[in-house]
Amino acid sequence: MVRPILMIDGNEAAAYAAYQLNEVIAIYPITPSSPMGELSDQWSAQRKPNLWGTIPQVVELQSEAGAAGALHGALQAGALATTFTASQGLLLMIPNMFKMAGELTSTVIHVAARTVATHALSIYGDHSDVMATRTTGFALLSSNSPQEAMDLAVIAQDSTLRSRVPFLHFFDGFRTSHEEARVEQVTAEELRAIIDDRFIDEHRSRALSPDHPFIRGTAQNPDVFFQAREACNTFYLDCPGIVRDAMERFAQVTGRSYHLFDYVGAPDAERVIVMMGSGAQAAEETVHQLLAGGEKLGLLMVRLFRPFSVRDFIAALPATTRKIAVLDRTKEPGSIGDPLYLDVLSAIAEATEDGQVPFPARPRIIGGRYGLSSKEFTPAMVKAVFDELAKEQPKNHFTIGIQEDVTHSSLPYDPSFSTEDPRTLRCLFYGLGSDGTVSANKNSIKIIGLETENYAQGFYFYDSKKAGTVTVSHLRFGPKPIHSTYQINRANFIACHQFFFLEQFDFLRNAEEGATFLLNSPFGPEEVWDRLPRQVQRSILDKKLKFYVIDGYRVAKDSGMGNRINTIMQTCFFAISGVLPVDLAIEKIKESIRKTYGKRGEAVVKMNFEAVDHALAHLHQVTAPSEANSSFAIRRPVPLEAPAFVQNTLAPIIALAGDSVPTSAMPVDGTFPSATSQWERRNIALEIPVWDPAICIQCGKCSIVCPHSTIRGKVYDSALLEGAPAAFQSAPARWKEFPGASFSIQVAPEDCTGCGLCVQNCPAKNKKEAGLRAINLRPQPPLRAQEVENWAFFLSLPEADRSKLKLNQVRDVMLLRPLFEFSGACAGCGETPYVKLLSQFFGDRAIIGNATGCSSIYGGNLPTTPWAKNAEGHGPAWSNSLFEDAAEFALGMRLAIDKQADFARDLLLRLTPFLGEQLVDSLLQAEQSSQEGMRLQRERVAALKLALASLECAEAQQLIAIADTLVKKSVWALGGDGWAYDIGYGGLDHVLASGRNVNALVLDTEVYSNTGGQMSKSTPRGAVARFAANGKDTRKKDLAMMAISYGTVYVARIALGADDGQTIKAFLEAEAFEGPSLIIAYSHCINQGLDLIHGLDQQKKAVSSGYWPLLRYNPELLKLGRNPFLLDSKPPTLPLAEYIYNETRYSMLKASEPERAEKLLALAEEDVASRWALYQNLAAMPVRPNPESPPE
Amino acid sequence: MIDLKTTYLGLALPSPIIPSSSPLSEKLDNLLRLEEAGAGAVVLPSLFEEQFTKDSLELDQQLSLGTDRFAEALNVFPDLEQYNRGSERYLESIQKAKAALSIPVIASLNGKTLGSWVRYAKEIEQAGADALELNIYDIPVDLQEPGHSVESKCLDLVKAVRSELHIPLAVKLSPYFSAIGNMALEIDQAKADGLVLFNRFYQPDIDLEELEVVTNLQYSTPEELRLRLQWTALLYGQISADLAITGGVYAHSDVLKCMMAGAKVAMMASALLKHGVNHLKKLLEAMAHWMEEHDYESVEQMRGSMSRKAIGASEGYERVQYVRLLSGDPR
Repeated sequence: MVRPILMIDGNEAAAYAAYQLNEVIAIYPITPSSPMGELSDQWSAQRKPNLWGTIPQVVELQSEAGAAGALHGALQAGALATTFTASQGLLLMIPNMFKMAGELTSTVIHVAARTVATHALSIYGDHSDVMATRTTGFALLSSNSPQEAMDLAVIAQDSTLRSRVPFLHFFDGFRTSHEEARVEQVTAEELRAIIDDRFIDEHRSRALSPDHPFIRGTAQNPDVFFQAREACNTFYLDCPGIVRDAMERFAQVTGRSYHLFDYVGAPDAERVIVMMGSGAQAAEETVHQLLAGGEKLGLLMVRLFRPFSVRDFIAALPATTRKIAVLDRTKEPGSIGDPLYLDVLSAIAEATEDGQVPFPARPRIIGGRYGLSSKEFTPAMVKAVFDELAKEQPKNHFTIGIQEDVTHSSLPYDPSFSTEDPRTLRCLFYGLGSDGTVSANKNSIKIIGLETENYAQGFYFYDSKKAGTVTVSHLRFGPKPIHSTYQINRANFIACHQFFFLEQFDFLRNAEEGATFLLNSPFGPEEVWDRLPRQVQRSILDKKLKFYVIDGYRVAKDSGMGNRINTIMQTCFFAISGVLPVDLAIEKIKESIRKTYGKRGEAVVKMNFEAVDHALAHLHQVTAPSEANSSFAIRRPVPLEAPAFVQNTLAPIIALAGDSVPTSAMPVDGTFPSATSQWERRNIALEIPVWDPAICIQCGKCSIVCPHSTIRGKVYDSALLEGAPAAFQSAPARWKEFPGASFSIQVAPEDCTGCGLCVQNCPAKNKKEAGLRAINLRPQPPLRAQEVENWAFFLSLPEADRSKLKLNQVRDVMLLRPLFEFSGACAGCGETPYVKLLSQFFGDRAIIGNATGCSSIYGGNLPTTPWAKNAEGHGPAWSNSLFEDAAEFALGMRLAIDKQADFARDLLLRLTPFLGEQLVDSLLQAEQSSQEGMRLQRERVAALKLALASLECAEAQQLIAIADTLVKKSVWALGGDGWAYDIGYGGLDHVLASGRNVNALVLDTEVYSNTGGQMSKSTPRGAVARFAANGKDTRKKDLAMMAISYGTVYVARIALGADDGQTIKAFLEAEAFEGPSLIIAYSHCINQGLDLIHGLDQQKKAVSSGYWPLLRYNPELLKLGRNPFLLDSKPPTLPLAEYIYNETRYSMLKASEPERAEKLLALAEEDVASRWALYQNLAAMPVRPNPESPPE
Repeated sequence: MIDLKTTYLGLALPSPIIPSSSPLSEKLDNLLRLEEAGAGAVVLPSLFEEQFTKDSLELDQQLSLGTDRFAEALNVFPDLEQYNRGSERYLESIQKAKAALSIPVIASLNGKTLGSWVRYAKEIEQAGADALELNIYDIPVDLQEPGHSVESKCLDLVKAVRSELHIPLAVKLSPYFSAIGNMALEIDQAKADGLVLFNRFYQPDIDLEELEVVTNLQYSTPEELRLRLQWTALLYGQISADLAITGGVYAHSDVLKCMMAGAKVAMMASALLKHGVNHLKKLLEAMAHWMEEHDYESVEQMRGSMSRKAIGASEGYERVQYVRLLSGDPR
């Protein structure tokens, strides 16, 4: 049989099988498993049938707990049902997993295994999530590659139907879930041959039905629970045999053979590694190489980890085995060993006790840990493990792949050891997020994998920034199957698609001798050499690299491609690499362009064709001179004046060399210093704003919208200008509070992302040339040196006296130092201006619980931290707990602070005889509603601590520890709409109802921005999102009204771009309100399909169309006899269509399904009209005092 | 009985009023209402080649925004099955209009490049349109391009389309050619079946408060009719192509003037957008009433009766009248 060959990743491979074999799919997005659900939803929207000809129903829930509940229900009602998840998501499913297993329910959960957050969150892969489910009663089946992800998904489904034991089928997040490889598809005919409908009928016959009623899910008492729990034993005893049979059946049908434990290596091996997951592929590659050297070793790959079949395990090991190293990709602190190690140990002990082992002597077993959070696991490490086993006294409980220099568990390894097949071509491509590099490479590897005889593999790395992301594409292809489940570090081909990377990273360190180097360069072959840093020149010469340049951006511009260089660089790659004859390669590229872009329109196809045709004419080989003569080197990742921790720990991460950081350099508990983003200086802006003091009206509108806090204003004593750099600009300050002072706007040139929002928001136009404003974008490179000097001088100027500022004015807000700066958020981000504003107003006393999402990533993803400190050392204290619990997390903080403050006040009273009544009274009676009041209280607390230091009683010591709580603290829960509307809604609601003084800021982008645009209950009607591919049918949840219904919650709906004054008022009122508050902030987002340069205009349109009415609900007003409901925006004037169709999420539906879009638009217009009418009524209602309003 | 029937582009029309290409004719419901109100034919909204190109490139850019940028969010939107970035939907609208209406359906094409003019024209013909109106709309912003070049490009387009098309062809002209009469003659000689006088250019305004250029759609004004009446009257009888007037037609008297100047049909959009579809019916009724009162039997009878040819070369339509007016000559 000819089976289709696909180039797909592990997620798609598993999703294919799951979709074919199920009819209800209940999911909740979580990286790296989200694509499985998204693909299923897409196929369902495209009305693709499953194996039985029906279209699976895909439903997105509010959390993984919800998805598991829906899955459980669907199964109980007789459906074939599945879900996809990972990490914390899987953990949220555990209670239902116990239930499903306890009820012997046939299902398969497909897991892209991901690290569970501990000291830090990680989106990358290991088995900590899967191992947390060991006790649920689910069978655990492991796949090691994309092909296996499809095959074992089928085997799992077959097995669960026959065994009634539910299965968790897992593969490594990213390494397998996102690796693209050649996969032989299991065809529908083959699936039919494997899956026996008889067992489906049995599954349905066990379902709940009022037509043959029974109950399941009883409560049991001590008398029988235990016995009943043992009643399922035979099913678990039978399960391994059923899986064995399923694997045999699969092999007969497809020719691909699997076993419960697959052994590769010498039949007379003495040293054996036992492991599971993608790392086994690298181990297999290593074993084959070492066997060629005559070594007696082998590898045992565990497929079915639960139920663990001791008999099959022992049978799979060579009888000659003397030593075993068990490798776990998880850490179980405090345990004797990690899970697989313990099982192997038990299995061999038990089999030995039973006399069932073939070994002449009991093998020596050691356990080791590798690959946490997708840490690289390479053949060099595998060899190190075998070498360790060869020792007389091999180290137990070792780690491999890191330098663990605290308890010295790590094994040394020789990184130069390689098993790469010389016939396999290895290519590395360095690009910038969205520049087309990754998409071009995905395309290339598909062409190679499908159009040539080569085996092919594509793997893609992204750094954690959302603006200026570095992407690294790893492409392998060659005549032999590829098992290299690790990144390329010996490349035959290296392409650098961004010229400015040259001064940032030493990427040629990965080049092999004689490799090819392709550089996208604005400088031609004659000029480029002098523009290269010394290290790059030296690598080219020392490694004898073949060096090519192309001005890809010029070709792109000339072809109408803007800044997308994908097809251009792809054409150059094929031209140089020789993998296909150039003409054939171009033909295939064009075929693929038509396939990929055809439905976007002929113009797009034509434009790409032109780019391809023009590329080769601009590709030039560079003849390198005989010596490196560059006058400059690769830039230091951080400046020399950065603190030691930044130098030692963060700098290597910035330089993409974080793997080299030893354990001793890392904090033990995930605690990191604030304010380190100031050292990163990424220089990603092509253009930066330049201030024109003559035009500027000093309004502060540029600064308030800056997402990265890089454009700031200061008012200062004019005398300070004496030491200013020559190019530093100033103007007389227009503040009457600061007579004679000077004013400056200054940009941080190396931190600005060049988004242009400041320019868009500048209201002052040049009267002689209306195209210019008081700030204008200009190319960064020629300005960099001068502006670096200006920025340093600007920072040295003192901050304005806060007591003289009117905080309800935008221009004065500009003078507040942001304590959130230079984050990794997208250029033009709509969320961060609110976060910055929070930090400006309350940062010196804020404690923040942040939901997982965009804000936790740009707020807390290494290498550096944007939360900063003021000159006195005060600043926001920030932490991320989980996705779902930011409100409760913040409430906990509030409770702690309040309790400690209570205790502190109590201790003050007890210590009055020693401290004096005056100090105690002033501390207890302190007025802290103003900034000045809090400053004075801080001074009192400092005096208190001094006084306490001289007291020797225990109470004095206790008070010192908690005295700071006597200064007012501002507690914030921060997160996106996924948190507030969906997964965290229950908690948020509870906290709002609690009456406690917690402020919640919801950065509402109306989709799950961080995980890729999935629908939330905030998604508006008619918008396309993941899981709403045909446009969302239902209206957006009115979270504000739900909170208002309590009557005791301060609520505001704001949009900075539409009304900055209202935004400021809302923040100040919310924080001042002595109770719970909720601010819902319109946040434009790239996931809405909007060029963020237009983000602020779009906010205006959202409000003027009535889509986003601005409002405040202030329970304090009730006390004054006023209506607490304030409608802050004017009645709608702009047709809704003129707002929504600026965004792809709406316009793509209009293009794809115009009739449906029209229908949804009409409904959305009705939504706007009816809500406006309701709000108008509320705003006009006569006041009726609320008995529950907060006490005076 | 007053006979309002006319012919245009060789097609028999029940009345001389045609709703011209506008958003009103986008919806089939509106087209049916227009037919019921007595429209002689309908001109569908223009198929804009640039719009396809622009839409395609925009969609491509929008769908590419933010892709492959971050490990958690490699793509932003689900890949939909189709985006209708070509002419398919326009052609479908022709088919639907043809199936639903008994009056002629005239498609409109507004293009940019020679190749695509011809391609889309053929597609429109195949879709069943009764006739095609070519909308030649070009603002020659390149100061290096001389007038004759602009004219010859226009003629090349007409010839190219005419040579490939079998259905009647009308050309909607700009009033800004230096020699409109000659241009009309050349287009006539290129075998266009009709000339539509004139295209309206949407001209930008300046917002003094925001210091921005504002480009919004402005309705035509009744004053705009005079230029059209003048050129219709001048051309009538001198070229064989049918004449149509569009721009400034509001009242029944305007339609009557169009007929008398020599137009086969009067087209209107602004009036219908402002006053609604029923306005058309009222106009026809008022026309009939006026004709009855003034003893006209048919529009055919009055056609061209006030043209230059009919009233004499020196009467009314030429420079000499301008001189007279300015010099206060009462004649």
